[in-house]
Amino acid sequence: MIKPKIVCLLSLLLSIPVFGQNESSPKEWFQMVRWSPYIVGVCIGILSWISFLLSDKPIGVSGAFAQSYGMIEKWFKGKKIEETSYFKKYSLAIGWEFMLVVGLFIGAFLSAKLSGDFRLEFVPGLWQAKFGDNAFIRWLIALLGGFIMGMGARWAGGCTSGHGISGTLQLVVSSWVAVICFFIGGIAAAMFIYYGIAK
Amino acid sequence: MMEKIRQKKGLQLIIGLLVGVCFGFLLQKGGVTRYEIIINQLLLKDFTVVKVMLTAIIVGMIGIYLMQSVNLVKFHAKPGSVGQTVIGGLIFGIGFGILGYCPGTVTGAAAQGSLDALLGGMLGLLLGSGAFIALYDTLQKNILQKGYFGEITLPQVIKINKWLLIAIITLILIAILYFLEKAGL
Repeated sequence: MIKPKIVCLLSLLLSIPVFGQNESSPKEWFQMVRWSPYIVGVCIGILSWISFLLSDKPIGVSGAFAQSYGMIEKWFKGKKIEETSYFKKYSLAIGWEFMLVVGLFIGAFLSAKLSGDFRLEFVPGLWQAKFGDNAFIRWLIALLGGFIMGMGARWAGGCTSGHGISGTLQLVVSSWVAVICFFIGGIAAAMFIYYGIAK
Repeated sequence: MMEKIRQKKGLQLIIGLLVGVCFGFLLQKGGVTRYEIIINQLLLKDFTVVKVMLTAIIVGMIGIYLMQSVNLVKFHAKPGSVGQTVIGGLIFGIGFGILGYCPGTVTGAAAQGSLDALLGGMLGLLLGSGAFIALYDTLQKNILQKGYFGEITLPQVIKINKWLLIAIITLILIAILYFLEKAGL
């Protein structure tokens, strides 16, 4: 009889040779612009183990943006924000999640700098090809998209990392529902913009 | 021993920072901090984002369930409802498609020099979070609790051996990845 637990363990072990495929030195690895999405995925999976194990926390990004908003409002308006029912339920303290986002910024910067992929760019190439190089229009659309996404992330209780990776890997029903809805909404919006509006 | 590490506040902030550094490094190396990769995923032309996510789910799931079965880790299941998860998920998705980054990748994009992410996307994300906080009472009363289904996980819903279920899900996800490679996507 084949034990399902053994099958799971074996498939995990099978992923290890993925790392051995490339003979380059660690230095060359860090200088590469792109890694295989499978290697990146395996590493993020392992990172989630570390995060659960050492911090008892799932990796999630969007909550820190709500906390940062709360902190900024507190600066300008004083303590009133702490009285809102949202911050009575979710604490306003800057902690682990905030540090994760700071780290994320540093890590992405290091990766881009080491590989020479860092470049200042206001209008992404794909956008420019369809809608021109007007930075103000791109800024306005990015602001609008970010605003809607920020509302949606708090509404759904997580984003592509909190629900999309950390929740789904625990096989949480709400996270699978959320990530499917993220992609339905995202595909609809992107297709509308690129096939509906663009000439 | 884990409890001791988890209770040290200063150490936890450093661990959070380091997990973030690794996460950001990986997202940038995977290319998912680039607008083009995300939009081409949503236009179904490039499946890098799905490949990263599904691989992370397979590896993460097996490891977390193994560690949970020997009480090394606890689950953190988020509750859900139709009003919260479906409606919120669709709103998130629309914003995601308009912006071309998600909350993690918009931060990584800002760090690689994408100014639309830094000045537009991240600012929008802050303001949108604020708008939700302002509307929280109204939404909580009228929408968020509609069709509540709670903090359930798939092994609680599909009542077969937990490890058999994990093996089936692993095989399905690997089959999807295999199909995507075969189709050249």
